[in-house]
Amino acid sequence: MLRHVTELVNQHLDEVAALILFGVGFTMLLLDKNLIKKIIGFSMMDSGIYLFLASYGYIGGLRSAPVYTNGVTDPAAYVNPLPAGLVLTGIVVSVSVTAVMLGLTVRLYQRYHTLDMDEIAEQIRKEGK
Amino acid sequence: MILAWWQNLPLFLVLCPLMCGVACSALRGKASRCVTAAMCAAESAGMAVLLWYTASGNVSFTYAMGKIGAPFGNELRAGPAEALMGLGFTLVLTLSVTGGNRSLTEDVESKRMNLFGAMIGLLTAATAAIVFTNDLFTAYVFIEITTLSACALIGVTNRGRALFSSARYMVMNLLGSGLFLLGLSMLYALTGQLLFPQLASAVDALIAENRYSVSMYLSFLLMGLGLCIKSALYPFHTWLPDAYSNATAVSGALLSSLVSKLYIFLLIKIALRAAGEEAFIHRIGDVLFLYAAVGTVLGSVHALYQRKLSRVIAYSSVAQIACVYLGIALGSGEGIAAALFYILAHSAAKSMLFVTSHKLRRACGGADGLEDLRGAARRSPLAGLAFLAGACSLVGIPGLGGFAAKMYLAQAAIGGGGWRMPALLGLLAVSTTLNAAYMLRTALILYSRDKPAGEAGKPKARDAAFAAATAVMIGLNLFLGFCGRPVIELIHRGLALFS
Amino acid sequence: MPANKKKHDAFARLADWLENGAQPLDEEIGESLADEAYEEENAAEKTIPSVEVKKQTPKKKKRQERHRRKRRDALTVGAYADAWWYRVTAFIVCVSLVGLLLYGVVRMPLFGNADTLADSEVASFYVTHTLEETGAVNIVTGIILDYRGFDTLGESHVLFVAVSSVLLLLSIRGEKDEQERLLESDREQRTEPDHDLVLQGGARLLLPLVLIFGIYIILNGHLSPGGGFSGGAVLGAGLILYQNAFGYDRIGKFFTYRTFRAVSVSALLFYALAKGYHFLTGANHIPGGIPEGTAGAILSGGLLLPLNIAVGCVVTCTMYALYTMFRRGAF
Repeated sequence: MLRHVTELVNQHLDEVAALILFGVGFTMLLLDKNLIKKIIGFSMMDSGIYLFLASYGYIGGLRSAPVYTNGVTDPAAYVNPLPAGLVLTGIVVSVSVTAVMLGLTVRLYQRYHTLDMDEIAEQIRKEGK
Repeated sequence: MILAWWQNLPLFLVLCPLMCGVACSALRGKASRCVTAAMCAAESAGMAVLLWYTASGNVSFTYAMGKIGAPFGNELRAGPAEALMGLGFTLVLTLSVTGGNRSLTEDVESKRMNLFGAMIGLLTAATAAIVFTNDLFTAYVFIEITTLSACALIGVTNRGRALFSSARYMVMNLLGSGLFLLGLSMLYALTGQLLFPQLASAVDALIAENRYSVSMYLSFLLMGLGLCIKSALYPFHTWLPDAYSNATAVSGALLSSLVSKLYIFLLIKIALRAAGEEAFIHRIGDVLFLYAAVGTVLGSVHALYQRKLSRVIAYSSVAQIACVYLGIALGSGEGIAAALFYILAHSAAKSMLFVTSHKLRRACGGADGLEDLRGAARRSPLAGLAFLAGACSLVGIPGLGGFAAKMYLAQAAIGGGGWRMPALLGLLAVSTTLNAAYMLRTALILYSRDKPAGEAGKPKARDAAFAAATAVMIGLNLFLGFCGRPVIELIHRGLALFS
Repeated sequence: MPANKKKHDAFARLADWLENGAQPLDEEIGESLADEAYEEENAAEKTIPSVEVKKQTPKKKKRQERHRRKRRDALTVGAYADAWWYRVTAFIVCVSLVGLLLYGVVRMPLFGNADTLADSEVASFYVTHTLEETGAVNIVTGIILDYRGFDTLGESHVLFVAVSSVLLLLSIRGEKDEQERLLESDREQRTEPDHDLVLQGGARLLLPLVLIFGIYIILNGHLSPGGGFSGGAVLGAGLILYQNAFGYDRIGKFFTYRTFRAVSVSALLFYALAKGYHFLTGANHIPGGIPEGTAGAILSGGLLLPLNIAVGCVVTCTMYALYTMFRRGAF
C-alpha cells in the first residue's frame, strides 16, 4: 500500500508539488485574517497552478524550448509550446490581480490602521451605529 | 469565403466596448459618460440585430479570431441563445446606467467619472466575450476582467464599508477563479484541447475508453465549484450581501443582474458544450440540487431578518440565484431553458429594484433602515411604482417576468418527473411564500401612511433619464410576463443548436 | 543613535514574528514600535505649516491617543489570531483539499510522456505551422499574438483594468483624509533621495544597459525568447530605478500622468485596432495585405513586431504607474 503510494507520488512529483502549493495558498487566501498574507496565499496558489500547467507542457527526451533552431520544424524536436503561452497570459493576469488587491489593502490600512480582516469588520460594525 | 455582414457582429460587440472603455479613461467626466451611454445603447442594438438574424435563420455560427480557427486558434460562437442572453445583459446594463446616472453623480467624484466609464466599458466587453466565447481559456481571461472591474465598481465610493466588501468580494472571487483555472489546466492536460466542441469530443472519447475518468470528473467539479463560488450559490454567498448593499446603486444593479448571472451562463455553456450532459450535470445534479434547495429557503429566511432595504434586496438575490441553480440541477433541456429564462426575468427585476431603491433612499435623506423609509414611495411615486413592480415580479405575481419564470421552472420539473418534481414544486411554494413575506412587507412599509422618521431630501429636479429607464424596465418585466412563450421557445431553439 | 538602534531591533523582531507567526509578539515590542511610529508622526506634524498646528485642541489630542492605541492593536492583534482551533481548521481544510486533488491527479497521464493527449495534434500543429503562417521563430510569441491573439488582447486589457482600478482606489480622498495627505506629502519629501552618490552612480551605469536590454527583448520578441510583456517589465524596472535614483522632479520632466495616459491609451487602441483588422480579415478570408518579410529577420512576422511594441509600451507604463501609485498614492 505505502509502496504503491510512494510510487505514484514519485511518478507525479511535479504535479504533487504544484498541488501542495495550490492547497497551501488556497487555505491562506481563504482562512488567513491578515490581508497581506491573503495576497501571499493568492500568489502561491496561482504559482501552483502555473507550475502544474507548465509541467504538462514538458515532454521527456532531448527536446528543446519552443524556439526554432536551425530551421527544424519537426514536432518531435520541441516541447509543447501552448502551455508556455497560457502560463504567460496567466502570470500577467495574476500580477494585475495582485496589484488591485494591494491597492485595496493600502486603502483599508489608511482608513482602519490594521490589516486584520476581523478587526476591520469590528471597526465597521462600530462605525455603523 | 466572405461572411455575411451580420456574422461579423460578435467581433465588433467585443472590440468596440473594449476600445470605448480605454478611450473613456482619457476623456473628461462628462464626455466619458456620454460615450459610455452611447456605447451601451449601441451594444444593445447590435445584440438585437444579431438576435434577429440568428433567430430568423435559426442558425448558429463560429467566428475564427484570425486566419486559423478551431482547434488551433481562438473562436467566437453566436446563436440565438447567446444573442438572447447577450441582449438581456446589455439591455439591463444600458437601463441601469441611464437610470442610475443621477445617483452616480452623487456617489462618484466627477474627477473619477472617466475611470468609472472605463470600468463599465470593459465590463461590457467582458460580458460580450464570455457570452460568445468558444474557448475555455478566453473565458478565464475575461472572467478576470469582470472580477477586477466589478471590484473597482464596488470600491468606487469613498466609504470604508464599500472598500471592505470589495476586498471580501475579491478574496472569494479569487478562490473561485483559482479553482476554475486549476480545473481548466487539468482538463487541458487530459484532453489537449481548449475549444468547446473539440473538448466535448475528446471528453466523449475518454469516457468511451473509460480512461482518466476520476481526474476528468475532478476537473469538471473544480470548474463548476469555481463558478458556483463566483455566482454565489448558497454556502458560498457570504461575500454577496455586503458587496451588493454597500456598492452604489448602479454597481449593485450591474453586479447582481449581470456579473453573477454571467458565470451561470458560462457554467451552462461548459456543461452543455464542453462536457456533454452525461459527464457533468447528471453526475453532480443531486449535489447541486441539494445546495440550491437549501439556498432557496435559507436565502429568503435571511432576507426576512434584514432591517435595511439594500440588504433585503441583496439577500433576495441569494435565494433567486439558488432558484436558477434548481433549474440547472434538473438536468433536462427544459430545466436549463427555464434557468436561462429565470436569469433574464430576475435580471430585469433586480436591476430595477437596485436603481429605484437608491431613489427611494434619496427621498428620505439617504436613510437605509426599513423603519426610516416609511412612506418613501409616496414621496417618489415613480420609484415606488417601479419598486412595487419589481417586488411583485420577484414574488411571482401573474403578468410579470418572475411569474413566468417560476411557471416554466415548475413545468420543467413536472416534465422531468422523478423525486425532483415534488421537491422542486414544494420548494417553489415555500420560496414564493417567503418572497411574498419579505418583499410585500417591504413594499407595504414603503407605502405606509406613517410619518417618516428621516427628514425629506431636498426637492429634486426632474430626472428624465431615470423616468425613461424605469418605464422601459417596467415594460421589460411586463413583456417577459405576458410574452414569455416566444422567449422560452427562442431559448429552446438556441439550446438545440448548442451541441 | 540609540533610538535608531532600538527601532531597528524592533523591526527585526517584527520580521521574525511575521515569518514564524507562532510566537506571540510581546506587548512591549509592539508598543515600542507603535510609539516610534507615533513619534514619527508627531515629528511630521510639527513640520507641517503652522495652520495645522493651531488646530491642536484637547479633542484632537484625544483622537490622536485613540489613533495611536488603534495602531498598537493593529501590530499586536496578529498574535491572537493564531488561536489553536483556527490553525486546526486551516490544517484540516488544507490537507483535505490537497488530498482530494492528489487523488485525482495521480491518475493523470504521466509527467513528460510523449504519448499523452496534451501533446497530440494541436501541439504538433503549432510546431509545424507557426513559422510559415506567422513568420515567428519564437513559437510561443506566434501562439500568443496570432493563434490565440484574442486571449492576449484580453490579457493586456486586464493590465489596463488593474491600473485603472488602483488609480480609482488610491486617488479617492474625502476631507477626512486631508490630514493623511499632508502627512504623506511630507513623508515623500523626506524619502526623496538627496543625491545618494552610490545609487546615482549605479543607476548611471546600469540604466543604459537596462533600457537597451528591455528594448532588445521587445524588438526581438518574435525571434528569441521574450516579447512585449517581459521587455516591458524590464523597461518598467528601469524607469523605477531612474525614479529612485534621481527623484520625481527629474522623471517628471519626461514621464508624467499625461504621458502615461497618452502612451498606454494609444498603445491599447492601436493594439485593439490592429488585432481587430487581423481578426476581421482572417475570419473573412481576405488577404490582410501586411508584408510578412523573411522569417528570422527583425522586420518580419507581419503584425507581430508592432504588436509587441504596443504591448511593451503598455506594460512599461503599467509597471511604473503601479509603483508610483503605491509609493505616493497619486501620480
